[in-house]
Amino acid sequence: MAAMLEVVNSGPLSTLQDLGRRGRMKYGVPPSGALDQEALAVANLLAGNPEGAVGIEITYGNFSVRALAPVVLACAGAWASVSVDSIAVSPWTTLSVMPGEIVSVGAPAWGVQVYLAVRGGIAAPLVMGSASTCTRAALGGIDGQGRALRAGDLIATPDRPSPSPGPGHVPSLLATSTVTARAAAALAKRQAAFAQAHSPAAASARRPVTIRVVMGPQDDHFTDGGRRTLVTEEFTLTNKADRMGLRFEGPAIEHGRGADIISDGMPRGAVQVPGGGKPIIMLADRQTTGGYPKIACVAQVDLDLLAHLRPGDRVRFAALPAEEAHKSLIHEQAASRASGRALRILIDGIEHVVTVCELQ
Amino acid sequence: MSIHAHTPRSMPRFLWAGDSAVVIEFGNEISPALAARAHTAAAAFESANLPWLVEVLPSYRSVLAEFDPRLISPAAALEELQRIAETAAIPEGPASLDQLDIVSIPVCYGGRFGPDLHDVAAHTGLSPDEVVAVHSEPLYLVYMIGFMLGFPYLGGMSPRIATPRLATPRTIVPAGSVGIAGNQTGVYPMASPGGWHLIGRTPMRLADPSADPPCLLRAGNRIRFVPVDEAAYRAIEAAAATTARTNAPGIAAIPAQAEGGDQ
Repeated sequence: MAAMLEVVNSGPLSTLQDLGRRGRMKYGVPPSGALDQEALAVANLLAGNPEGAVGIEITYGNFSVRALAPVVLACAGAWASVSVDSIAVSPWTTLSVMPGEIVSVGAPAWGVQVYLAVRGGIAAPLVMGSASTCTRAALGGIDGQGRALRAGDLIATPDRPSPSPGPGHVPSLLATSTVTARAAAALAKRQAAFAQAHSPAAASARRPVTIRVVMGPQDDHFTDGGRRTLVTEEFTLTNKADRMGLRFEGPAIEHGRGADIISDGMPRGAVQVPGGGKPIIMLADRQTTGGYPKIACVAQVDLDLLAHLRPGDRVRFAALPAEEAHKSLIHEQAASRASGRALRILIDGIEHVVTVCELQ
Repeated sequence: MSIHAHTPRSMPRFLWAGDSAVVIEFGNEISPALAARAHTAAAAFESANLPWLVEVLPSYRSVLAEFDPRLISPAAALEELQRIAETAAIPEGPASLDQLDIVSIPVCYGGRFGPDLHDVAAHTGLSPDEVVAVHSEPLYLVYMIGFMLGFPYLGGMSPRIATPRLATPRTIVPAGSVGIAGNQTGVYPMASPGGWHLIGRTPMRLADPSADPPCLLRAGNRIRFVPVDEAAYRAIEAAAATTARTNAPGIAAIPAQAEGGDQ
């Protein structure tokens, strides 16, 4: 293992994350993993890694690392200033950094989570097949026991990262344009959702963020009025927001059959409604089972957006059938993999959105 | 949202849980019969080895089945899960007792391992020995694993020893602690904050994140708490530690002397 980076400033919360633990919910293990999985994937692809490699999830920025060796890094996710030795670079970009240089990620202008990928990946103990940090369950992370990063931590690349495109792999021109396309599409979607919602303009000028949901599995525990409240009213995220879940304030969603169910499995993005009628959306570090009725679940196509909601954000929920939600997901993925479209986006001047020169 | 308006009484309800998961619900009560159906269906889904099926989580009366939306559409996943649920031999009654599924858990009751045993006795009007006898008598059913790694939700405790939760939860409950909360009993596989009345502790390692599988108990298991004295507790603890050092993962290693013992 070669130490590549030393954490200088770990910010409010920075953790190692990959795509999470799979198939372990039946043992009571939270899946964990990056809250914005596409942003982690894009950061990895920009760094020349397989998309599921371990990266650093940086919550609200204020993070910096010192390079200990020549290293290629890439960022994606929230729109935060990124600098190398105080010289600003593009936020979604690939960087070649020399030993001694300090890479800093500032507080995001919009969004919450920035992902930093290191070419070659990050060495960390695998716990149940994943390096993802779950601080609550003391699993994974830099020490294998759920610890978040802190100043002085050394980030190393594994000796044998090997899963397909390895550290020395240079993407072909076609692969590069595909990566560019995917990055541009991911950025455009997040920008559309949050650039205005998090603008410094007056709160009244900010648009609510729309999150698509599929009703169920326990929507029949609510009255018609309760179901209508969910999809017609606005909800505001409280400051009870972390990797486990997001608690909202808003008009009470009326239960029809009480606020208790026999505890059952908790899918990612479940919108559960306790007795007070205020919804809670469950995220990556959630408990695997729960006893509040789940009126709806966030559609796959919008799950990643939940990573970037901030306390005070207004949210609207739009319900659609499962099959339509899935079609939206497939359509969005197909569009983001069409390389021709992406090059056009770049030419049309979403300025210096993604820089790929280091990869060519 | 129920996917079918009308389902025959014996067929489960299939409910969407987003566009990448389905809940297969067998009823709306806590009973060994419903649990057996959920656990059997979960086993059938798992043994089908479907590459797109990423999570199968059995609980009291339902199964959460999550699929990878990049590999299959919701309609196709639903169809396949329905086909498996229909063809699986899902029992209409409680599962027959398979000796292999019975796990004996040695427990040293009272003393410093069970600091609340006397409070439970005082609350229930029984003597501490009677509380131990009532607690270690039934064959408990593991309805589901949840809350934390390896934590079993158990059914079968006698209402005679039901005791409310602590008014103030402990900040740390040691791993292996056996507790009572209301009508439930359970055992903490990992150290955790908790508000249950602690009546004893097991030296067995019920969970180990580095092991595969990472916990000893599964939904559908039956367990029995076997009273042991402190000397037996220490012997089992030492044996378990040796096993863990020499033969990790060692959570399934249960020394023979764990059974029996005196109280």
